[in-house]
Amino acid sequence: MGIRERLSGNEAAAIAMKQINPDVVAAFPITPSTEIPQYFSSFVSNGTVDTEFVAVESEHSAMSACIGAEAAGARAMTATSSNGLSLMWEMIYIASSCRLPIVMSLVNRAVSGPLNIHNDHSDAMGVRDSGWIQLFSENNQEAYDNLLMAHRIAEHKDVLLPLMVCQDGFITSHSIENIELVEDEKVKEFVGTYHPEHYLLNLKEQIAVGPLDLQSYLFEHKRQQAEAMRNAKNVILEVSKDFEKMTGRKYEFFEKYKMEDSDIVIVCMNSTAGTAKYTANLLREKGIKAGVLKIRVFRPFPAKEIANALANQKAIAVLDKADSINAAGGALFEDITSAMFVNGIQVPTVNYIYGIGGRDTTSAELESVYNDLEKIKNIGKVTNPYRYLGVRGEF
Amino acid sequence: MTGKINSETPWKEVTPGGTIYNAGNAREFKTGDWRSVKPIYLSDKCKQCGLCFPVCPDDAIPVNKEQKREDFNYDYCKGCGVCAKVCPFGAIEMK
Repeated sequence: MGIRERLSGNEAAAIAMKQINPDVVAAFPITPSTEIPQYFSSFVSNGTVDTEFVAVESEHSAMSACIGAEAAGARAMTATSSNGLSLMWEMIYIASSCRLPIVMSLVNRAVSGPLNIHNDHSDAMGVRDSGWIQLFSENNQEAYDNLLMAHRIAEHKDVLLPLMVCQDGFITSHSIENIELVEDEKVKEFVGTYHPEHYLLNLKEQIAVGPLDLQSYLFEHKRQQAEAMRNAKNVILEVSKDFEKMTGRKYEFFEKYKMEDSDIVIVCMNSTAGTAKYTANLLREKGIKAGVLKIRVFRPFPAKEIANALANQKAIAVLDKADSINAAGGALFEDITSAMFVNGIQVPTVNYIYGIGGRDTTSAELESVYNDLEKIKNIGKVTNPYRYLGVRGEF
Repeated sequence: MTGKINSETPWKEVTPGGTIYNAGNAREFKTGDWRSVKPIYLSDKCKQCGLCFPVCPDDAIPVNKEQKREDFNYDYCKGCGVCAKVCPFGAIEMK
């Protein structure tokens, strides 16, 4: 039995980092993730961890320091949000292409501008093709649990890719909720010690990291990265099974909520899943068979598994908390409809862009989405697939 | 390890991230073919004053045990012309 606590999402992430006790943490403060390095630096000061904390002058330097540390053979972690991730962007690609399993806590916030500090997923969506594994978390418990599993996944020899654990800024990061922590010793044993096969500080093998990689080689290295991302699928499931054995908490690629008999379903990520589950329960009292599919693993994208999970639905709404501003729907919608098409599954599917810049998304709004799905179910087709939820005026 | 990887190597056999598992490998990267102009060493005009080789950014002017410079190493000379600029005796000509 674990330790019962009540923590905010940021506290949960910082506690996970404390228990992991990485060799290096390099971070720069940015709302709403500021508290993570802030709490962590207090663990460094009071000697709870023996981590080298690098207080850098920017996020570009934070990711650069993590890359240097990880290449040297250390386990490195960081935390950021929004424009902090934007400033890291160049180094984000260097980290994944050099195959350095850095772990980041990403507290999702709208990327400016105009200036906004509240939650949406535009930061994470901006790096969805960068070769990082992306895990999403409904609440503080999942943000904590995903971080405990992160190194086992990222550092696996068949993977060797950096990983970010996402949680919703303020909604999760600053809300105090109940949580069950794992004992320090158990975490230490579960996460294990990092033993990289090749690293710069190995006196017995002198290596060069990140060399010039022109026309004859880059393609092959990118193909390897793509394979590593495919391999990550199995590794994520294996590590999640081990985690379940330790804690009893079950994690897969996604959570199917009340989907055994549902005929309409909302697909979403992070904290909105909580509101969607609540709403589905309200509707079930009225006899409406509503379900929720909550995506946990967004990269690698479990295309076939999601398509199969949605195969028996009559109407689907995919909720994107970031607009791709491409005249064709959000990133999650595109991935899901593509997955269904490729796997020969034809279900009327509609996209809602919602919650931009921290706009509150209520149960009443999600109920209106389910009502729309009931109509689509009866008509059997979608006339307007690109919709907005919660914006003022005509959507 | 690096010696075995070339432009025919299949993707499964290249090293992850392109990491090279031995040191001193820059020697294997011959940058001489970047050159568009070529320095010519005129040994009859050379006084062995020793001004040229310290300014070479690519260490492409070999110096022997008698502290005398020899002809250019064209495997690495990029043809920048700095040596020809510093030579007081016109012993290096850019062609």
